[in-house]
Amino acid sequence: MAFVQNFPFMTIVFSLTCGVFCAVLRGKWAKRLCLAWLAVTFAMSLSVLVYTLKSGGYYIYRMGKWDAPWGNEIRVGILEALMASVFSGVMLLSVLGGLHHIFEDCEAEKTNLYFTMISLLMSSLFALIYTNDLFTGYVFVEINTIASCALVMLKSSSKTLVATTRYLIMSLLGSGLFLLGIVILYGITGELLMESIGAKVQEIFAQGEYSLPITVIIGLFSVGLAVKSALFPFHSWLPDAHGSATASSSAVLSGLVLKGYIILLIKIFYRVFGLEIIVSERVSNFLFLFGALAMICGSIGALRERDLKRMLAYSSVAQIGYIYVGIGMHSDIGMTAACVQILAHAITKPMLFICSGGFMDVSGGHKGMASITGAGLRDPLGGAAFTVGALSMTGIPFFAGFVTKLTLTEGALETSTPMMVMALGAIAVSTLLNALYYIPVIFNLFTKPKDGAYSSLRARYTPAYAGALTVFIALNLGFGIFSQSVVDAVSRGLAMFGI
Amino acid sequence: MRSDGALSRFFDFVEDGVREEDYRISKTSSPARLDTDTPENRWLVTVQNSETPLSARFVNWFSKKGVALFNSLYRIAAVIICFTLIGVLLAVVSFLPAFGSADNPAVNEVVERYVSKSVEETGAVNAVAGMISAYRGFDTLGEAHVLFVAACSVIALLRVDPSERRHGRLINPDMLGEDMDFEPNGDPILRKSAKLLVPLAFIFGLYVILNGTSSPGGGFSGGSLIGAGLILNSVAFGFKRTERFFGDEMYHLVKTICLTLYALMMAYFIFMGANSFDDHIWLGVPGGIISGGLIFPINIVVGLEVACTMYCFYALFRKGGF
Repeated sequence: MAFVQNFPFMTIVFSLTCGVFCAVLRGKWAKRLCLAWLAVTFAMSLSVLVYTLKSGGYYIYRMGKWDAPWGNEIRVGILEALMASVFSGVMLLSVLGGLHHIFEDCEAEKTNLYFTMISLLMSSLFALIYTNDLFTGYVFVEINTIASCALVMLKSSSKTLVATTRYLIMSLLGSGLFLLGIVILYGITGELLMESIGAKVQEIFAQGEYSLPITVIIGLFSVGLAVKSALFPFHSWLPDAHGSATASSSAVLSGLVLKGYIILLIKIFYRVFGLEIIVSERVSNFLFLFGALAMICGSIGALRERDLKRMLAYSSVAQIGYIYVGIGMHSDIGMTAACVQILAHAITKPMLFICSGGFMDVSGGHKGMASITGAGLRDPLGGAAFTVGALSMTGIPFFAGFVTKLTLTEGALETSTPMMVMALGAIAVSTLLNALYYIPVIFNLFTKPKDGAYSSLRARYTPAYAGALTVFIALNLGFGIFSQSVVDAVSRGLAMFGI
Repeated sequence: MRSDGALSRFFDFVEDGVREEDYRISKTSSPARLDTDTPENRWLVTVQNSETPLSARFVNWFSKKGVALFNSLYRIAAVIICFTLIGVLLAVVSFLPAFGSADNPAVNEVVERYVSKSVEETGAVNAVAGMISAYRGFDTLGEAHVLFVAACSVIALLRVDPSERRHGRLINPDMLGEDMDFEPNGDPILRKSAKLLVPLAFIFGLYVILNGTSSPGGGFSGGSLIGAGLILNSVAFGFKRTERFFGDEMYHLVKTICLTLYALMMAYFIFMGANSFDDHIWLGVPGGIISGGLIFPINIVVGLEVACTMYCFYALFRKGGF
């Protein structure tokens, strides 16, 4: 066994330990430790990615002395390694980009806890990406839930407390439904390992007994994880939580946390039930429908919003819709589009949130549209990054968002006629709406305010903020230009993702 | 700066409920609040009455009558959904195989190996300990960190810096301050029974932890006994008596050492196991105190961590710190 193959487990376990150390260090040292460790995990994930691309297959890593149905195991393929690399990189950049906000927004005594939560969140995201066992998935979903609520809460204000309460209740509801699903599934199959459950479920499904429990289980998993990942009718907690948290938290929650649950759902669909059962139970149709609704309603929500961060949060609702539409197409190209969208949104939305943090700095701490007029002139780098992000979200070629829309359209052309019409319609309307709310913001950012408000404020370019934004811009352009290799890697990864 | 169209307001309301701004509108536009005696005010009232736009009146009506209507409908819908879910889940339970029967699918090769080979492979007579700390040790590592992250979140939420306990962020500093400083000590019955029970709780907790490999129990259950002992001690004798041996620094020290050791042990175990190296862990004598290989130290660190977490929750909820 090559030494590189040990890296995934190390990133999970030592991220936990890094969190423990951060809890006792002073804020400054916790920051250094956390950032250094995030950089190490990024390097490790990248080398795993290179290894899997070279070996061209996946490998099972046994967590301990005993093989899988008895012990735990994780499964590492191209797709998992790609997700882990992007997620750890984006996590590092998001924390760097909002670093001075973290120290301004958290109480001085509790800043170290912020980095504890970041480390634990990273660990749980790695675990959700790599896990091959439903119960391990659940344990790390719990860590993920609590840590992400704490990230919202650590900016101390009454608004964030209310938002956290809503977020916590909705998120726990989702966890509860997910746990119920696991319990019933264990009751009828007696297994927790995804592949073993998959084999048993195929058997049971062919026999035809337990048809109601299987439908209910798929429903519980889908609804539970949809609540946690803010699919359209369950999105009401998202704008408050993401709109009121500190810049880094918003970036991480919007860009990564929501995706962790979706990856788990895709895994369950692929390995536990198999796409055929999902299609025959019509779950994918529901996900498709709600995804399409989310694309339009999220965009309408964003269009009506006059607060920059809340607008970005509503835009996340719409973008999550794209992922579910891709999943709902129940074709390989649809699933590829969903995974590409996970990656594209993970590198774009955090950049926009980091920019919005920068704009608040040069607008006296306000985030209303009227206050940030001209903020792009006072903070040119932030303005440039926001422009790139907004164009990417709108789907202009050579940016990351275009790749998703292209792949999703390709997927739509392969589906049945009514679905194709709906998908193409939703993509068209949503793209139009995206342009309608992002383009005016760009103009607003580069218009000189009439009353000359905040004109004396200038952006403070710390190396962390400037560096993070530059790398984000480069990533976005790189993703857009070398899109074909990313799409290829994703589809190769998906091909080996199933049973 | 929100736009004021009637439709947009309606959507705002449906999504967010009544906002503070709406309350303000209905308050400032109600003529009863103005003193109508002065001519200026009389003029103002007339203007307000005549020029209240339809949308504002609609919002006013909605915030008075509509909210009640909406809330009652919302409650009815919630109850119906709840009962539907309960019904569906009950129907599903009736499908499930009988608990404990021999043909239950959960009785498979996994359980068989846990029961028959646990002693030989993990060295623990208590098969449950072997299962949670050795076979599925990775899950349990995650579970211990769930406790840790919960404790950290409660610290982030409730911990009040001692120097600013009387002012700072507190909403009503006087009341909360007094409540925090209030310690219910001096009750003789409580003290006498605590004197008797606290040492017993500690000793029993230690016994459960140390014997966790060979009898029911282990880190989680023993730790909660010790935690209960700590809580009982501070309820009966006040926080100062407990803080003499278990305060803020001790908490962080114990917790960091325990969790780090745990993660390191598990990392060593996983690394050696996954690479098929010989891990040189002495399994000990099955049934003895030191048995089960890593399960014994894992039980100890988990026990201490759970005890810390329990006391930490109590102290934080009680007075916002140690």
